[in-house]
Amino acid sequence: MNKQVVVIGAGVAGLTVAGALAEQNIKVILIEKEAQTGGHVRNWDRLFPSRRHGSEVMDFLDSNLTKQVDIRRGVTVSSIVRTQNGFKVTLANDDEIDAACLILSTGFQLFNAAKKEEYGYGIYDNVITSAELESIFKSGKEIATKNGKNPERVAFIHCVGSRDEKVGNLYCSKVCCVTGVKQAIEIKEILPHCEVFSFYMDLRMYDRNFEELYYEAQQKWGVNFIRGRLSECAENPDHTLIIKTEDTLTGKPLKMTVDLVVLLVGFTPSAGTGEIVKMLGLKTGQDGFIASADEHFLDNNTDIPGVFVTGAVKGPACIVNTIADARATAQQAAKYLFTLKTG
Amino acid sequence: MINFNLFVLPFSLGLIYLLIAIGKSWYLWIKALPAHDKVKLKAGIRHPQLMLGAIREVFMEGLIHRKMWLRNPLMGYMHTSFALGWFLLIVLGNIESRFYSGTHLNAPYYPIFLKFFIHDKLVIFFEVYTVPGIFRFLMDFILLFVLSGLFLAIIKRQKSKWFGMKRAAEYQLTDQISLICLWMIFPMRLLAESYTAGYYGSGGGFMTQPLGGFLVSITPLPSDFIAYTMWWGYSLALGIFFITLPYSRYMHIPTEILLIFFRHCAIQPRKWHSAFSDVEVHACSRCGVCIDVCQLNDAGITDSQAVYFIRGVRDQYVPDEISRKCLVCGRCQEVCPVGIRTDSLRLIKRRELFSSQPSDYSFLPTASLSRGESPRQGGVAYFAGCMSHLTPSIIRAMKGIMEKAGINYVQIDENRSICCGRPLMIAGKDRQANDLITANKELIRQTKAELLVTSCPICYRVFREEYTLPIRVQHHTQFILDLVKSGRIPLQAHFKKVAYHDPCDLGRGSRIYSAPREVLAKVADLVPVINECSDALCCGGSLGILNVSQQQRDEMTKISLSTLMKEQPEILVTACPLCKKTFSKHAEIEVKDIAELVYKAIPG
Ligand SMILES: Cc1cc2nc3c(=O)[nH]c(=O)nc-3n(C[C@H](O)[C@H](O)[C@H](O)COP(=O)(O)OP(=O)(O)OC[C@H]3O[C@@H](n4cnc5c(N)ncnc54)[C@H](O)[C@@H]3O)c2cc1C
Ligand code: SF4
Ligand code: SF4
Ligand code: SF4
Repeated sequence: MNKQVVVIGAGVAGLTVAGALAEQNIKVILIEKEAQTGGHVRNWDRLFPSRRHGSEVMDFLDSNLTKQVDIRRGVTVSSIVRTQNGFKVTLANDDEIDAACLILSTGFQLFNAAKKEEYGYGIYDNVITSAELESIFKSGKEIATKNGKNPERVAFIHCVGSRDEKVGNLYCSKVCCVTGVKQAIEIKEILPHCEVFSFYMDLRMYDRNFEELYYEAQQKWGVNFIRGRLSECAENPDHTLIIKTEDTLTGKPLKMTVDLVVLLVGFTPSAGTGEIVKMLGLKTGQDGFIASADEHFLDNNTDIPGVFVTGAVKGPACIVNTIADARATAQQAAKYLFTLKTG
Repeated sequence: MINFNLFVLPFSLGLIYLLIAIGKSWYLWIKALPAHDKVKLKAGIRHPQLMLGAIREVFMEGLIHRKMWLRNPLMGYMHTSFALGWFLLIVLGNIESRFYSGTHLNAPYYPIFLKFFIHDKLVIFFEVYTVPGIFRFLMDFILLFVLSGLFLAIIKRQKSKWFGMKRAAEYQLTDQISLICLWMIFPMRLLAESYTAGYYGSGGGFMTQPLGGFLVSITPLPSDFIAYTMWWGYSLALGIFFITLPYSRYMHIPTEILLIFFRHCAIQPRKWHSAFSDVEVHACSRCGVCIDVCQLNDAGITDSQAVYFIRGVRDQYVPDEISRKCLVCGRCQEVCPVGIRTDSLRLIKRRELFSSQPSDYSFLPTASLSRGESPRQGGVAYFAGCMSHLTPSIIRAMKGIMEKAGINYVQIDENRSICCGRPLMIAGKDRQANDLITANKELIRQTKAELLVTSCPICYRVFREEYTLPIRVQHHTQFILDLVKSGRIPLQAHFKKVAYHDPCDLGRGSRIYSAPREVLAKVADLVPVINECSDALCCGGSLGILNVSQQQRDEMTKISLSTLMKEQPEILVTACPLCKKTFSKHAEIEVKDIAELVYKAIPG
């Protein structure tokens, strides 16, 4: 019997799981809707906390892919039907694949910053997202405002689209705090005279070496951290921006003019994930991400036997955690295939 | 013949008691009016045209129940048959009794119990062409009319849905006693008159006569005794009803009459609890029409609707929480058949609770135009409003429109925005709001503008109602309409399938329904929605309520949104930044302000 595995989504999670299964000689078909694999990390320049280049991680993950992995790029899944032996996956190009088990690694989607209209994304020229700033770093282009000048003042805004009942997302996106700290340092490295401000509710430096990065940002680079949630942004006739907030440590309303505003956008469940959830009838949590069968004991399983979940499809996660999670998933999937064979 | 019998006593005493009770309440209310209102009332009473108007309204609303008919014909019929029917029975009964007694001075009970005292043997019942025959026919017919209403009322208690009501108000004990007596009155009258007619073999009409004959034939007891018992029962039902009336919901009937007179004499409601608002509170019939329209139901809140709030005020016990739990959306006010200003009553209570809380506006920016904001002699002062600052695309569109139209304008709240004060006012903090109003008024004065334009219906309302400005105020929908009409902005683009949502404060609050529709007709194909104009739902974002959870708000928003999505529009348009923001969170299509759409439609 054909014991191949279909992995949907070739970001860090999908690539890792595919590599780990291939290592065990299991045939994998990896489906990616984009023309290139790598997911979000393909767009990131240097990674927190070590500042290693994202491309290094990409190369490492690609190097694990053996001939056992059949990658289908630029195609989406149009239907999944449960069969006696597992699943029949039909692709948008009408290819049909029989799979003994399915692994979902369709990841996340960035919060649409235009939904937080008061911050002016898409309305004012000099409001960008952290993802766009990453692309600027990666392209090596100059950091400049729309009228071509280097900014003298930059403000990072934390929790855009996260921890915000008003947009319907109560959860914390986990990685944006440290991304903001990393990017603040990077701005200072390139433009030492630029003043950098970070507006946060609280800083969540939860993982190894994160707090150290935060220290560095304050002590070495003089980044100003101000506790307060941005209430709104307005544009001056010269396209600089006025940001209004309250400094909650001093309890005073605060108004400041800056040249560039960077919105640290959070994670939201991806549209691609939504489609697959519908096809399979999977459960999601209150936050909209896929719910695993049990947070402690079966965190890579779903309620449907043979359907596994891995990476940011379950909620915000950094690369380190995503890789570890994907390896665990490979282990679970291999075990499942083994029981199919023997049972 | 002396027309008296002991059984008339319960009725007569009850009537005397009732008249004294109503007289006392009316007297106290009128006495509590401020002097200038008393003058108005006196003048009004002497003004025949005003009085005719008031009497006409009492007739239309108190007897015919016109507004009930408009809501639900079955409910309208039920109310009309009861009120008008009873009224006609009294009037005709009086005329009929004069015919028999030949005098104008009958005891009040005489016409009510006429058939007990008069047994006209001369006319047989089908002889309708004689005067007594006509009366008999009419009196029976009207009694039947009333009984049909009673029949409906009994059904309504079980099946309120048929009457267009999903939920009915809960009644208190006195209400229930009154209700039972009220329901007993007319069946008792039917039985009393029928037995009497049956016993004497004449004197009844087309209904009571045959029924009487039949009843007498099947009753084993002496029928004169039964008839007499029934007359007692009839009188007792009336008497007890009259005595309990002042303590029951039926007190609303005499109170509404007074309210109508107050209104016709132009007695102004005040900002604090006063004789006027007390009359309003007592004029609530607890009909419960306000319950179904209230969107708090969608959020699972069922204890705070106008009827319950008003009951609390009347019983002098309203938990603070109930006073605060209301969107102040005005939907209940719109449908209240008595025309009670339910929103204002809620705000009065909030003022009592919260207006004395301390406030500190020392951080208010100085009320003078800042650099770059030169006065615009004769031009436009634009006030975007705090909410529009959260939707900057509206401000951008408005500025774009004004620039394209070559308007000489200055934005007052570009650099420092002082709140218009309405959010505080709907929280009951009028005194605190006054600080803001004074500051804004000064700013508006300094602009030397001729017209104040705002993008926010919330601001618009408070500018008009509380600011007493010497210049005109427009919401931007009206302003844009004027620009379009005068050809100052050419419009080219046309949008397909647009649904329009009426914001509460623009629609019900300011009665602006046609301006946005006229503007939209120029740039878009409007699709129908389920609830519109005065029946539009609140978006759920209301600033009027602060003690509901985000989830409860979300529920209200989703339901409100679904009424707008009926024809699958491509764009949802509104004219309020708060509505836009609230809907954006849940809508799957674009949500735009009317100004944005117009700005997009301007070529070049
Ligand atoms: C601004 C920003 C900066 C970050 N920087 C760092 C960092 O420096 N260090 C760090 O550790 N983490 C960082 N992260 C987190 C990191 O991006 C995630 O941990 C990682 O992307 C998760 O990988 P994933 O494979 O689960 O999801 P994704 O990266 O989202 O990959 C999902 C893949 O699935 C594909 N897909 C989706 N739907 C379908 C479908 N229906 N059919 C086929 N394919 C589909 C997508 O195209 C995509 O390729 C950052 C995150 C953000 C937002
Ligand atoms: S990681 Fe930081 S910025 Fe991101 S949602 Fe959590 S607290 Fe906000
Ligand atoms: S407030 Fe008006 S609608 Fe509501 S119960 Fe009273 S009379 Fe009826
Ligand atoms: S104003 Fe609106 S929310 Fe308040 S009771 Fe009336 S219908 Fe309900």
